[in-house]
Amino acid sequence: MKGSWLQQLDLKARHLLPFVLSLFLVLVDATPTRLPGFAAVTPQLPLIAIYYWAVYRPELLPPSLAFGLGLINDIVVGTPLGVSSLVYLLIQGLTASQRRFFHGKSFLVAWWGFALVALGGLGLQWVMVSMIFARIIEVRAVMFEFLMTASFYPLLSWLFSRAQLALLRRA
Amino acid sequence: MKQHSGAVGRLATLRLLAQRFAFLSLVMASFALMLLGKADTLLVERLRVLVGDGVAPILDVMSRPAGAIAEVVSGVHDLAALRAENVRLHEENAKLMHWQMVARQLDNENRTLRGQLNFIPDPDPSFITTRVIGDTGGAFVHSMLINAGSREGVRKGQAVIAGEVLVGRIAEVGQRSARVLLLTDINSHVPVVIEGSRAKAILTGDNSDRPRLNYLSPNTNAAPGDRVVTSGHGGAFPPGMPIGVISSVQEGTVRVEPFVHRHQLEFVTVVDYGLPGVLPSDVPAEGRDR
Repeated sequence: MKGSWLQQLDLKARHLLPFVLSLFLVLVDATPTRLPGFAAVTPQLPLIAIYYWAVYRPELLPPSLAFGLGLINDIVVGTPLGVSSLVYLLIQGLTASQRRFFHGKSFLVAWWGFALVALGGLGLQWVMVSMIFARIIEVRAVMFEFLMTASFYPLLSWLFSRAQLALLRRA
Repeated sequence: MKQHSGAVGRLATLRLLAQRFAFLSLVMASFALMLLGKADTLLVERLRVLVGDGVAPILDVMSRPAGAIAEVVSGVHDLAALRAENVRLHEENAKLMHWQMVARQLDNENRTLRGQLNFIPDPDPSFITTRVIGDTGGAFVHSMLINAGSREGVRKGQAVIAGEVLVGRIAEVGQRSARVLLLTDINSHVPVVIEGSRAKAILTGDNSDRPRLNYLSPNTNAAPGDRVVTSGHGGAFPPGMPIGVISSVQEGTVRVEPFVHRHQLEFVTVVDYGLPGVLPSDVPAEGRDR
């Protein structure tokens, strides 16, 4: 049974939710917080969105959209073009291929999985950016960024699950 | 995956192959973008400008509540320190009144001396003051987005200041937004002099809070507390703009603590001194005035 075109439109709009939320996080990351010292350890929030949707609804944030988000992130943040695209793509592909492992598992397992993925993603980013700039980026700063990113996971994954329940339960 | 009938099974395999192929080609595209970006082509710049201009209005709106929250926080801080601040300001005011008098005398003296020498003054700079709409922190880049672009007269290489102190320079310009490369960014190189000893050096960022002084000749005595200002070499910045003070001298590494506090920047000023400006890849040319 097919719904009317309005229902179809509604469904399409709901299916955009993961992408819109991820895009929003890219912009949130670039917003000046004006908190002393925060700029040095800004978490990479979009990583959380890419991971979360790759586990729970991978068809709504496919590799092509992950690539696009990375491109936008690189342009907004000013990192060398293509670095975030590559990282987001690999995180999406890797997580989506292992997603069955996380189904039915506790929240802590998902968090641990994210920590692993984020560590790998930031490590890759560190290698790529250091190579492109031909200078070693300080590892300590990257570690801080990783810790910040991992510690934002509980909050954001809770928000995502709320959004998923509210808008995507039967869609 | 179970194959129910030949046709369906083949279709599924084909689809999987297509997905794998699409994924791989996107990975290749990422690498291609990195190469393209490294070559610094016009295409990449166009793309950056296009997207940058697209998100600038959104970031502008989003940066306002962040500013309001910060105002409340600093308001509470200020209330707590009101009395002490008042005493400090009284003292500072007295000191500044004295300096104002001295400055007036010096200004007069300077003017008469210049008159006697037929001195040709530098052209008057023009200013564009604008809101900071993006502060992209993190371990990899230190830059800011501002809400003014080529429409307002912002050009690549112009100096960006807050108050009187140097913040960075314009690295990318869109129609209505521009990116400021901060002094602390790993790609920032600024020709400077130590104010007391007139020793020249290059201030090089390394994504930490305190950029390093490179190419300082070994027999100069740099001590913590010395002021560092722009030298004007390379033609990117006018000479004498305050940058910071030397914070530490350890094993030949001299680090500078910039005057500018990144988290406090809400508005910055883009200054056009009519200087040509240099790009990051350019080797700083010899002094333009000698």
